[in-house]
Amino acid sequence: MVYSYYPGCTLKTKAKDLDMYARKSAEALGITLEEIPEWQCCGGVYPQAQDEIATKLSSVRTLNSAKEAGNDLVTVCSACHHVLKRVNDDMANNEYIRTRANNYMELEEPYAGETKVLHYLELLRDVVGFDELKKKVVNPLKGKKIAAYYGCLLLRPSGVMGLDDPEDPSIMEDFIKALGATPVVYPFRNECCGGYVTLQDQSLAQKKSNKVLGSAEAQGAEMVITACPLCMYNLKNNGTEHDLPVVYFTEILAEALGVK
Amino acid sequence: MSSVNNEREEILRMSGVDPTKCMKCGKCSGTCPAFDAMEYHPHQFVSMVNKGNIEPLKQSNAIWQCLSCFACMERCPRDVKPAKLIEAVRLTVIREQGMNHLESENVPCMLDPELPQQAIVSAFRKYSK
Repeated sequence: MVYSYYPGCTLKTKAKDLDMYARKSAEALGITLEEIPEWQCCGGVYPQAQDEIATKLSSVRTLNSAKEAGNDLVTVCSACHHVLKRVNDDMANNEYIRTRANNYMELEEPYAGETKVLHYLELLRDVVGFDELKKKVVNPLKGKKIAAYYGCLLLRPSGVMGLDDPEDPSIMEDFIKALGATPVVYPFRNECCGGYVTLQDQSLAQKKSNKVLGSAEAQGAEMVITACPLCMYNLKNNGTEHDLPVVYFTEILAEALGVK
Repeated sequence: MSSVNNEREEILRMSGVDPTKCMKCGKCSGTCPAFDAMEYHPHQFVSMVNKGNIEPLKQSNAIWQCLSCFACMERCPRDVKPAKLIEAVRLTVIREQGMNHLESENVPCMLDPELPQQAIVSAFRKYSK
């Protein structure tokens, strides 16, 4: 199984663990991740306005690279996944954006949303299968109570993201179960950590992150997992009232697969 | 009056939002995680833009406090998409010359060793042109 792989800017710098454990685990599962050559940063946030065309082009280039390689596209970071999936949806369904983006790109064949974008968790659920994943676990995380933190970007808007039920998701809990651990369900698992607002109003990010961690802790969590470097930063650095460990989901995957 | 109307039309065009679909249930503001930090709330963006009362929104701190978490979009029973409207108002501000909310020379003093690149690129996309 070969996939085009888009790591994104933060996975090359502050979130190297997220990237490294994703690659090691994929190898252990027999999946080849081919990094897109000369990829560019997705911009971190999806430009929502109709007339924002130039800011969507780096995503279009990535999507088109995967198309030319004939592969589905896999990402790990929640933000990259969010931006790529939404731009892809625009290229498939929004003629205004598709026409203008293609006018910039001057491709031999215009891009019209042909690439399938998968989050790494979708790869595990829909391609590998959680039952199969369970069989490959050599170091089950028995007895560990792990809270999945979805945040915003993986799930919303659900009509475009299509990852899971936006209000009652289960993909990360099923992932935790497959690794032999016990998932902890808590009310704030799909509420915002504060995101980029930490640069504009840190006290707001602190409030939001403390709420998330407090909610997980109250339900008995011993650890929180996330797919997003910015959620990781906020929960760790702005979740000042709690000291629950926060790790990337790929790290516990690599641990369970014996490749950490 | 006509420039006010033009701004309303411009914001509706950029956002693709039809504020007349709103039935004023208030769910967007009820679910907004930044509610306490905003002087105008998501449902007010919808009604004020609809009335062409846009200047107070442009002057507000609320446009910088929206987290783009899409809770208001996901949970709106009428698919109004308030987040897109807030983004369009913010863009009408920062697209004007000299109106950037975040300047690159102010970034170094905000950095801490653990801050991910993602936070900086996201903030630039939201706060500057």
